[in-house]
Amino acid sequence: MATTAATVRPTTFFDEVVAETPGDPRLEACLQCGTCGGSCPSGADMDHTPRAIFALIAAGMKDAVLRSNTAWYCVSCYYCMVRCPQEIHITDIMYALKRMSIKAGLYQDKTSVPEASDFAETFVNYVETYGRSFELGLATRYHLLHHPLDMIKMVPLGLGMWRRKRLDFTPRRIEGIEQLHAILKRAKELGAAA
Amino acid sequence: MKYSYYPGCSLERQASAYHQSTMAVARPLNIDLVELEDWNCCGAIEYIAVDLLPAYALISRNLALAANQNGGGNHQIVAPCSACYLNLSKADKYMSDSPELAAKVNTALAAGGLSYTPGTIRTRHLLDVIVNDVGLDAIKERVTNALYNLRVAPYYGCVVVRPGFDHQFDDTEYPTSMDKLMRVLGATVIDFPLKSHCCGGHMTQISQDVALELIRRLLKNASDYDADVIVTLCPMCQLNLDAYQDSVNKQFGTDYHIPILYFTQLVGLAFGLPATELGIGKEFVDARPALAKVGATPDVTDIPASRRDKKALPMPRMTREGER
Ligand code: SF4
Ligand code: SF4
Ligand code: SF4
Ligand code: SF4
Repeated sequence: MATTAATVRPTTFFDEVVAETPGDPRLEACLQCGTCGGSCPSGADMDHTPRAIFALIAAGMKDAVLRSNTAWYCVSCYYCMVRCPQEIHITDIMYALKRMSIKAGLYQDKTSVPEASDFAETFVNYVETYGRSFELGLATRYHLLHHPLDMIKMVPLGLGMWRRKRLDFTPRRIEGIEQLHAILKRAKELGAAA
Repeated sequence: MKYSYYPGCSLERQASAYHQSTMAVARPLNIDLVELEDWNCCGAIEYIAVDLLPAYALISRNLALAANQNGGGNHQIVAPCSACYLNLSKADKYMSDSPELAAKVNTALAAGGLSYTPGTIRTRHLLDVIVNDVGLDAIKERVTNALYNLRVAPYYGCVVVRPGFDHQFDDTEYPTSMDKLMRVLGATVIDFPLKSHCCGGHMTQISQDVALELIRRLLKNASDYDADVIVTLCPMCQLNLDAYQDSVNKQFGTDYHIPILYFTQLVGLAFGLPATELGIGKEFVDARPALAKVGATPDVTDIPASRRDKKALPMPRMTREGER
């Protein structure tokens, strides 16, 4: 009815981003001062600085935001977050945008950085299988999948690591792996229901 | 002082030197680090980018185990890895802030017969424990082989000092706790403006160009101030600056050979512990020329040289004594 339509505000993209971020990200307080972009070590490589991304979010430009490489180039250094005059949880919002772009399938677009999200997913696979990560295995499988030619670059590093006994070819399985699987399964169901 | 100890995956192998040196200095420092039984990976920075709830559940299994094991009797868990420290403290903080998130995570943990009340366990970084719990005075008393003349660049990286989810034990932009620690050991601490800038983390796997530029800036800064060695407190920082130093030199035509050591290794040397007990010798950039300055001549077995032609593949450069 007209009354409900008038009282219930439709969910905006801005609301979605806030809901996907744990705690209260305080995004509505952004002043557009640009401190975040100026502090960001990856700023020059990003399609949009964090400040610009927040303007796009406020404008509801979902597609542009989720296709942007910005979140994927965020190295999680927290500079922006400690410098932001409004104490906005910028780094956590970047993580939220990564998850949202994976869910929306938009990260596969050429303009974004497919490698970054694939790397994250390869890593997750290892952890889920063994409970602990296996650094070189991860890098190798990731490179075989995505940059078979780049593998050659990994060889010397891998050999050097091995000679220095800094490498192990067997990932270690934790004892409570079944317990961990049960926990992760339940968490995924809860996450999907939310 | 007793603590739960969460080594994290890196310290099992890649950064075994960090683990070894931590264990070696724990005894003289009078701290008892009890490894958390059956801990799992905390997901580094990747897991949280993929799925939120499983990421928090993954981290919280460790917190739940730590609570069951009483956090070593002290309700505290110590992490030597920056990313582990960040993850454990962040999950605890956001679950404390959001009962709704805590309830969901607990529903997941219940599937494995576990539960966790946010705020039960405090997460501490190893540096914080050594500098603030043990204290600089106690450390000073133990120094037998002062590191006079060694010019040290203290590298903190990002997430140990930012954003401080548990508590802020040092300045977010210009931290000094490791500087003070190094001075107590007798070393000369150089001014290192980029000390808390980012090394790029896993960016080396995603975009080499972006990563190498971040690493180059750090090496240049340390070298401009004539550092003999860069000290780190994070396995990933160590790996990036050490193993990729050769790639940086290739990419930018530079010629850096600055050894990258863990702060615990220098504490151990100042305490007169043998270099082999501290994992010295596992670094890519040979630390021996620098350590010779402080009379420490690590007797480490030579790393077998490669039979391959160096020009054929970009082999990591292995600096030998006399080559500097
Ligand atoms: S620093 Fe904070 S307030 Fe300023 S633009 Fe960035 S997010 Fe907005
Ligand atoms: S946390 Fe991310 S967005 Fe913020 S300054 Fe660092 S890299 Fe840039
Ligand atoms: S952050 Fe790194 S070292 Fe720490 S547990 Fe996770 S993968 Fe392992
Ligand atoms: S400096 Fe590098 S490895 Fe260390 S915490 Fe930052 S990104 Fe991670």
